[in-house]
Amino acid sequence: VSAVTAPQSDKAAEEKARAAGSDRAIAENRLGQRLVAPAVVLMVLVTAYPMLQALYLSLFRYRLTTPDDREFVGLGNYITVLSDSLFWKDTVNTVIIMVVTVAIELVIGFAFAMVMHKIMIARGLMRTSILIPYGIITVVSAFAWQFAFSLNNGFVNSWFSWLPWIADDTNWYGDHWPAMFAIMVSEIWKTTPFMALLLLAGLSQVSEDMIEASEVDGATWTQRLFKVILPNMKAAIMVAVLFRALDAFRIFDNIFVMTRGAQNTESSSFLTYRQVIEQMQLGMGSALSVLLFLTVLLLAFGIVKLFKVDLAQARGEG
Amino acid sequence: LTLACGILAGCSGDDSGKPELVWYINPDSGGQAAIAETCSTDQYTVTTQVLPQSSDQQRIQLARRLAAEDPAIDLMSLDPPFTAEFANAGFLAKIPADEQARLTEQSFEGAAAAATWEGELVAFPFWSNTQVLWYRKSFVEKAGIDMSQPVTWDQIIDAAADNGGQIGVQANKYEGYSVWINALISGAGGNIIENAEKGADATVSVDSAAGETAAGIIEKLASSSAAPSDLSVSNEGTAGSTFGSDAGSFLVNWTYIWHNYDATAPDVAKDIGYTMYPESVAGEEARPPYGGIGIGVSEYSDQKEFALEAAACLVEPDQQGVNAEMTGNMPASPGGYAYPPLADIYPADLLQLFQDSVNAAAPRSVTPYWSDISSSLQSTWHPPASVNADTPGKSKTFIEEIIDGGRLL
Repeated sequence: VSAVTAPQSDKAAEEKARAAGSDRAIAENRLGQRLVAPAVVLMVLVTAYPMLQALYLSLFRYRLTTPDDREFVGLGNYITVLSDSLFWKDTVNTVIIMVVTVAIELVIGFAFAMVMHKIMIARGLMRTSILIPYGIITVVSAFAWQFAFSLNNGFVNSWFSWLPWIADDTNWYGDHWPAMFAIMVSEIWKTTPFMALLLLAGLSQVSEDMIEASEVDGATWTQRLFKVILPNMKAAIMVAVLFRALDAFRIFDNIFVMTRGAQNTESSSFLTYRQVIEQMQLGMGSALSVLLFLTVLLLAFGIVKLFKVDLAQARGEG
Repeated sequence: LTLACGILAGCSGDDSGKPELVWYINPDSGGQAAIAETCSTDQYTVTTQVLPQSSDQQRIQLARRLAAEDPAIDLMSLDPPFTAEFANAGFLAKIPADEQARLTEQSFEGAAAAATWEGELVAFPFWSNTQVLWYRKSFVEKAGIDMSQPVTWDQIIDAAADNGGQIGVQANKYEGYSVWINALISGAGGNIIENAEKGADATVSVDSAAGETAAGIIEKLASSSAAPSDLSVSNEGTAGSTFGSDAGSFLVNWTYIWHNYDATAPDVAKDIGYTMYPESVAGEEARPPYGGIGIGVSEYSDQKEFALEAAACLVEPDQQGVNAEMTGNMPASPGGYAYPPLADIYPADLLQLFQDSVNAAAPRSVTPYWSDISSSLQSTWHPPASVNADTPGKSKTFIEEIIDGGRLL
């Protein structure tokens, strides 16, 4: 209900402001623009320059160790990349990692957010302990998980050897899916707290009055969750999913530490890293990073659109 | 602070205002730092900076900085597989002709060949490493194999499989796997590429009878019970653990393994035997892997003259001997092997075996494209369990497409 009223009041305020589009408002606006201008210029310099440089480089066949053979190839690098099966394999891997980890994190993260929100005793301690994994550097946590799953000194095999598909000599990094599983576990462990934190912010915005009112009306716990709490924190969920999805799509550290891309566990970022840094193919690597950038933009756009549709539907139902 | 010091060219290590030569070294147990001190003179001080552990990362850091003409690197320890790449890119200062002649004379033939590009010696051969076949004496006794004669891969795989043993090799997706593949192919009389000196126009010849023999050996080991369960992620370290375990039987590994078990597993240390690297084909002499380090002088160093002088000192046979004594990384010259203290640490027949192996060794093809070729091999030959008779053909096509630039690696 509140979701419907809030935009209305915004709209009313906007109209009023437009009506009062006085000289003073225009002047204030101009001052504001002047005040942010230095920051904008600086941002453009530090972000736009490398982006344009990458765009430019992506049109060349250019290798750092044979600089004399630099050659303009137009869109050749893009054609090579898009027609290469490795690029698509890695993209599929990345999408799988993104979808699976974000979905699981959303569920676990929400449970954690509920705990952090509701808990009365030892609140600080609880919140802190949930957030610890997020405070650990990704490379460090990736090493910890790599050792955990390792055949020689890991504990996973001996702890879970009662499961029929895990033996003492299960080589987690020896096959595609087990290796992907290990990578995803480390990613989920590491970033769920971040998801929980964003969801907690959304959860605390849901008005207690509404929940109480629905309780009085006889709504069950599930009804309260799905009809009241979740719809009212949709914006927070969108932000959480957006941030995490874009992060997960650029996954690199865990893979670098755990498999170095072996067993076809490479992600798009890893492929880009190998072309630019290992092969020193600046042209091809730049083409890949431009494509990666476009994909991330597209993803962000898609997620924002997706959630907007949902919001409209919720309004229609109301 | 040291880094800042390195960046400011001419910044002195002490108060005397002496120029400082910065030597980027691969991590070791102190051998290079010790001889850097010995080779410091009244005119300059040689100091060391440690590069990352893996040779890929060493290559990346050095190449990136040299491409940017970083003057803070004066000397560097170069792995043979990327020496040609650096020389071709113009990163290495030219060594005077008379010095080249002296170094070629001093060094093992293989060590000089690995440091030669376009007919010029481009790095100072410093230490040379090779692999031998290590075995557990108790195991070969049980299996009843005569280790005084050359053995083949077939023989040791069968012997290990029949007697519950596991063989330690390097088959993770990394340079070490390419080293193994190269040794197997060379041992069967083949080559990964022919006419390497033609650079991008070299002929890829991995799709040969020798390539098939190599694929056959890997396939046989991967599908036999002699394969350790971590075969597809095995490196020098894990292979060493397999060898030290109860299932330990045979191990192909570098020279430094000899003292590996002294402190941790004295029983294993007493049980170690050694012989020439296994033959790919019975009756054809094995071609063990060749590794090592050459010292390169940066083209962009502000003190090239001093750096060339210092490099000449660092690779003197006695310095090679000191380094070998401290690190287990064996000398690149017969003169280095003659360094007396080595005879106290290593049995005479082992020192002889190391030298015979270096002389028989097959260096990885000297080409600026080695890193492409190596990564392509790893992409097509990994995991070992996927290797079959089609693998050499597939890898040939793959390598060719990569070198043409028509494909992602």
